Amino acid sequence: MYSTTTGTHPGIELRHSPVGGETPRSEVPEQIQSAVFEIEQFGVSYAGTPAIADISLRIPAGEITALIGPSGCGKSTLLRSLNRMNDLIAVATHTGTIRYRGLDLHAADVDPAEVRRRIGMVFQKPNPFAQSIYDNVAFGPRLHGRSKGLDDVVERALRRAALWDEVKDKLREPGHAISGGQQQRLCIARAIAMEPDVILMDEPCSALDPIATLKIEDLMRQLREDYSIVIVTHNMQQAARVSDRTAFLTVDMEAADGQRCGRLVEFERTEKLFTQASDERTEAYITGRFG
Amino acid sequence: MSSLPVTTLAPPRPASEVSSSLRAADPHSRRRRRRSRVMRTVLLAGMIAAMIPLALILIEVGRRGANAFGWSFLTQTEPPFRREGGGYLQGLVGTFYMVTFATAMSVPLGIMAAVYLVEYGRGWLARVIRFFTDVMTGVPSVFVGLFVYALLIRDIGFGTFVGALALSVIMLPIVVRSSEEMLKLVPEDQRAASAALGARRWQTIVKVVLPTARPGLVTGAMLAVARAAGETAPLLLTALGALSVVTAVQGTPQSALTLLIYDGATQPFAPGQQRAWAGALLLLGIVFVFTAVARFVSSRSTVRPD
Repeated sequence: MYSTTTGTHPGIELRHSPVGGETPRSEVPEQIQSAVFEIEQFGVSYAGTPAIADISLRIPAGEITALIGPSGCGKSTLLRSLNRMNDLIAVATHTGTIRYRGLDLHAADVDPAEVRRRIGMVFQKPNPFAQSIYDNVAFGPRLHGRSKGLDDVVERALRRAALWDEVKDKLREPGHAISGGQQQRLCIARAIAMEPDVILMDEPCSALDPIATLKIEDLMRQLREDYSIVIVTHNMQQAARVSDRTAFLTVDMEAADGQRCGRLVEFERTEKLFTQASDERTEAYITGRFG
Repeated sequence: MSSLPVTTLAPPRPASEVSSSLRAADPHSRRRRRRSRVMRTVLLAGMIAAMIPLALILIEVGRRGANAFGWSFLTQTEPPFRREGGGYLQGLVGTFYMVTFATAMSVPLGIMAAVYLVEYGRGWLARVIRFFTDVMTGVPSVFVGLFVYALLIRDIGFGTFVGALALSVIMLPIVVRSSEEMLKLVPEDQRAASAALGARRWQTIVKVVLPTARPGLVTGAMLAVARAAGETAPLLLTALGALSVVTAVQGTPQSALTLLIYDGATQPFAPGQQRAWAGALLLLGIVFVFTAVARFVSSRSTVRPD
C-alpha cells in the first residue's frame, strides 16, 4: 500500500509524534483516519516544463485542507488536478497518481465529467452563468437529467450556501445582478446542488471584500460537516482561520536544470504548521520573510 | 543613513516660472489651445463631408419615392412600365421568400461553423475555414450569382430556391465571422464553470456558450439578412425576375425588390422610374428596421467583454 515515508519531503506519519505541551485541536486528529485523496509522486508539466513535481500527500476526508505557498508554486495546478480540470489545458501532462477514495483518477476508464460531478469546484472569480439565480443552481441537476423537484433542490442548496434569505424573492433575476460575495455563495450553491463529495476552492475570496470573505469562511466551516474541502489560498490568515490541515508548497529554485518547479515542503495540522513549522522555508514564508 | 547613494535631481523650478506656465496667457498654452480648436474643426468638417452622401440618399429617396408609395404599392403587382399606379407586391413577396430561405440555410450552418472554429478549431482545418471565410466575404456578389448560375441553372432552372442559394452564399461568411466574434466574447470562466459541474463539451456549448452569446448571434444574423435583402447582382442570374407573385419553390423565375428597382430604373418610362424610387424607399425602410432591431438586440447583450 501507499507509504508516506517515501519521497523527498517528510511524510505525515513521520511527524505525528506529539510535541510536548501542545494540545491539538480536539476535532483534528493527529493522524489521518480516512483519506479522500491519496496523491503519490504526482507531477504536472505544461508543454514539457514541469509546474509541480514529486508531490505526495494524503488529503483527509471530512476536513478542510488548505494549500498555501508563494505565486507559481503550483497550488492551483495541484487543486485543478484533483477534479481533472487540468485536462482542459491541452498542453498539460502528468506523472504519478492521484487516488480518489481508492480509485485512480487518471485511469483510462475514468470519465472526467463524472469525476467533476462528484468533486465540485469554486473559482477565484465568481463566475455565475448569464442566467437567473434559479437556473444557475439548477444547472448541474438539469445537466444530469433531473427535472422534477428542482425547486426543493435549489432551495436546499441556497440555504446550505447561506444565501437563501438574501435571494429568495429574486430567484428569477440574473445571477450576475447580485454582489460579488453573493455571487460567490451562488457559485458554492451551484456546486452543492450537485451533492458532491468534495468541494475544491481556488482562492475563493481573493476577489471579495473582507466582510464577504468572512461570510464565505463561516460558510466553509459549516460545509465542513458534510463535505471534504480543499482550498487554495494566498491569504495565510485565511488558511489559519479555516483549515484543519495545511500543505505548504514552494517554488524549488535549486532544481538541477534551473527550471522553477513547485514542490511540497510540508503538510501538517494547521495549528502546528503555523506555530511550530518543522521546515525553515515554511517558517520563513508564514512569518512573511519571503513569498 | 550617510551611506545612501546621492542621486542628483534637477533643481526645482522657481515658483514664479511654474505658476506662469499654468496661466492661460502663457504662449505655450495658447498655441496648444489653438491647435486643439483647429483639429476639432477639421474633424468636424470631415464628419460632415462623410455624412453628405448618406443624407442626400435619404432625402432624395424619401422625396422621390414618396410619390408612388402608398398602400397599393404594397398590395398590387407591377403594371407595364408605361402605366401609372400598381406596386411591387411580387418583389416584396419574392424578397421575403428568398431571404427567409437563405436565412434558414445560412444562419444555422454559419453558427455551426463558428462554434467549430471557436470551440474546437485549433488545427489546419480551422485555419483553412477561416481563410476561405475571409475570401468569401470579399467575393464580388455578381460572381456569386454567376457561380450558382453555372452550377445549377441548366439542371434545375431559375427560381426561388436558386435565388435563395445565391443569397445564402453571400450571407454565410457574414454569419460565420460575426458569430465567431460573439462566441469568442463568452468568457472562458463560463466554460470552466460548466465543465466543473460535469458538463460535457457539447453540453457546455448548448447550455452555456450559445445562450450567453445569443443576442450577439441574433445581431449578426440580422445584419446578414439586411445585406441579403439589398443584393441585386446574385439574383439577376438566379431569380431572374417575374411579373406576378410567384409562390413556387423552384422552376419558376422569382421576383425581388432589387430586381424590380433595377428594371424600373433602367427603362425610359416615368411611371416605371417613379415606382423604382418607391421601391428603393421600401427597401431602405426594410434594411433600416432590420439594422435597428439588430442594434437594439445587441444593446441588451448578455455578453460583456471583461
